[in-house]
Amino acid sequence: MATTHTLRAKHRRSALRTLAFLSPWLIGFAVFFAYPMISTVYFSFMHYDGFRPPTWSGTKNWTYVFEHYPFFWPALRNTLWLVVIMVTLRVLFGLGIGMLITKIKTGTGVFRTLFYLPYLAPPVAATMAFAFLLNPGTGPVNSLLENVGIPAPGWFNDPDWSKPALTLMFLWGVGDLMVIFMAALLDVPKEQYEAAELDGASAWQRFRFVTLPNISPIIMFAVVTGVIAAMQCYTQPLVAGKVASGVIQGAGTMFEPGYPEHSTLTLPQLVYNLGFQRFDYGSACVVALVLFALSMAFTALLMRRRGGLLQAGD
Amino acid sequence: MTQVLDRPAELTARATPAERTARRRALLEWIAVHSLGVAAALFFTLPFVFVFLTSLMSDSQALSRDLIPHTWEWANYRKVFDTPGFLTWWRNTLIYAGLGTVLTVVSSIPVAYALAKFRFRGRNLTLMLVISMMMLPPQVVVIPMYLFWAKQLDLSGTLWPLIIPLAFGDAFSIFLLRQFLLTIPGEYLDAAKVDGCGDLRTLLKVVLPMAKPGIAAVALFQFFAAWNDYFGPQIYASENPDAWTLSYALESFKGAHHTDWNLTMAATVLVMAPVILVFFFAQKAFVEGVTLTGVKG
Repeated sequence: MATTHTLRAKHRRSALRTLAFLSPWLIGFAVFFAYPMISTVYFSFMHYDGFRPPTWSGTKNWTYVFEHYPFFWPALRNTLWLVVIMVTLRVLFGLGIGMLITKIKTGTGVFRTLFYLPYLAPPVAATMAFAFLLNPGTGPVNSLLENVGIPAPGWFNDPDWSKPALTLMFLWGVGDLMVIFMAALLDVPKEQYEAAELDGASAWQRFRFVTLPNISPIIMFAVVTGVIAAMQCYTQPLVAGKVASGVIQGAGTMFEPGYPEHSTLTLPQLVYNLGFQRFDYGSACVVALVLFALSMAFTALLMRRRGGLLQAGD
Repeated sequence: MTQVLDRPAELTARATPAERTARRRALLEWIAVHSLGVAAALFFTLPFVFVFLTSLMSDSQALSRDLIPHTWEWANYRKVFDTPGFLTWWRNTLIYAGLGTVLTVVSSIPVAYALAKFRFRGRNLTLMLVISMMMLPPQVVVIPMYLFWAKQLDLSGTLWPLIIPLAFGDAFSIFLLRQFLLTIPGEYLDAAKVDGCGDLRTLLKVVLPMAKPGIAAVALFQFFAAWNDYFGPQIYASENPDAWTLSYALESFKGAHHTDWNLTMAATVLVMAPVILVFFFAQKAFVEGVTLTGVKG
């Protein structure tokens, strides 16, 4: 009897200890996630402008966002464009740069540092820099292109070129992917390459049948985290649109988002536009919930992968 | 004659044709790889170079298509610092990043430690929730959070709504630290227990000293997350320029100096420079952090 008692006391102590260690995050989870999440669902059914008390509006916000709000479908399309095209290019380019750096034998450290640095550039600063570099009138990139006789695109000022311009900027910041691909490539067992070479495998066959299978978990990781990042893409398209359109920031300025012609509009920007520019908090919450559903779907995909985030330590 | 012909290949002055092709191929590959490397290096560095060169141009030249400044206007940087508010924005950024980093590290360590080393029911569920939070776009919960801070606590126009939540653990930091703590062998913890150390003492005396590189990585990432944050200050601080941070103010700088690309680029350099300077002192921590989140599960 006494032993069961002490055992139970020990269990209780251990549970309390765990709770104590987890408590900062548990409180944070409740206050900064659970409570606002429930409120977001609640407000999505309310009409609320922040001044008059919220009133019940049923599914009006939902039909407004999906049927009448002119920016929702363009924003969803742009987000999907970034998810498919930008992520693909970024993963391919990151892998290419990662492979290149493992092949470089002279000055490896210098090259690696140079390739990595853009990843560190603060997003706003990088966007300001690219808005300047790709400025159709005076930017150095178009000066160079025109000097060699290539017709210079309008980049952030042309709806057909604004997303490629954004993508180019994200390719520039590929240093994080380079690092994880480099680590994965160096982890591929050397014997497998030697065996493949003995069997007379060509360079492509060695890549296809040795490298790829070994790094496929990392490719998957890069794809899914890239997709989540693309869904969250906010600062860069917003700042690029503002700078390119020449809108001066300040309280009360009404900025039609997604310049030019909604081409740089993404879902997170809609939450800001609806909530903080149009003071339609209810509809903003509808978009927030769409964003939530999409990002959680991709997160679930990430966590189901073996070799993904949850692997070791269990 | 025969003597010469019979000499082993490696002793002859000239290599055999097979060796020569191998060597030539190795040289060609070296040249190809390094040319590609140089091309890539240009792609990654030229934007910095052009931004820096433009930051030193005169007002009129910044509007032209020249690439190299005629006169080097170092005074541009003085002008940026003389812009009203610029020093306040630096101070705000340092407060947000500095205080936020300390709070994040202190509050995330115990959570990460429990997730890495305690066995308890619901551990995997907790970890999954942490990862989900890490992936959550901040826009999802911003409406109620804004209403909470602005309408109920009347703290809009300050940095507190950005700093206070960091005292309750940050999902990314918890995850990164957990990944790091997993690499610390359990024997150390068992030894501490045998020596009569309680949990808190084990954490403070045994785990923390070993976790220094992990903590450094988390601190750096959190510092730069705050440094780079645009959305947070836009939501909570935009109405009050005295509460702006550098990242948020940078864009307004372009607004105030409408056509002055030179001053705007000088300000851009000043926002980028600290990050890059710190990187040169703490390369290892950065790279370790990136690898830990990506490769080691």
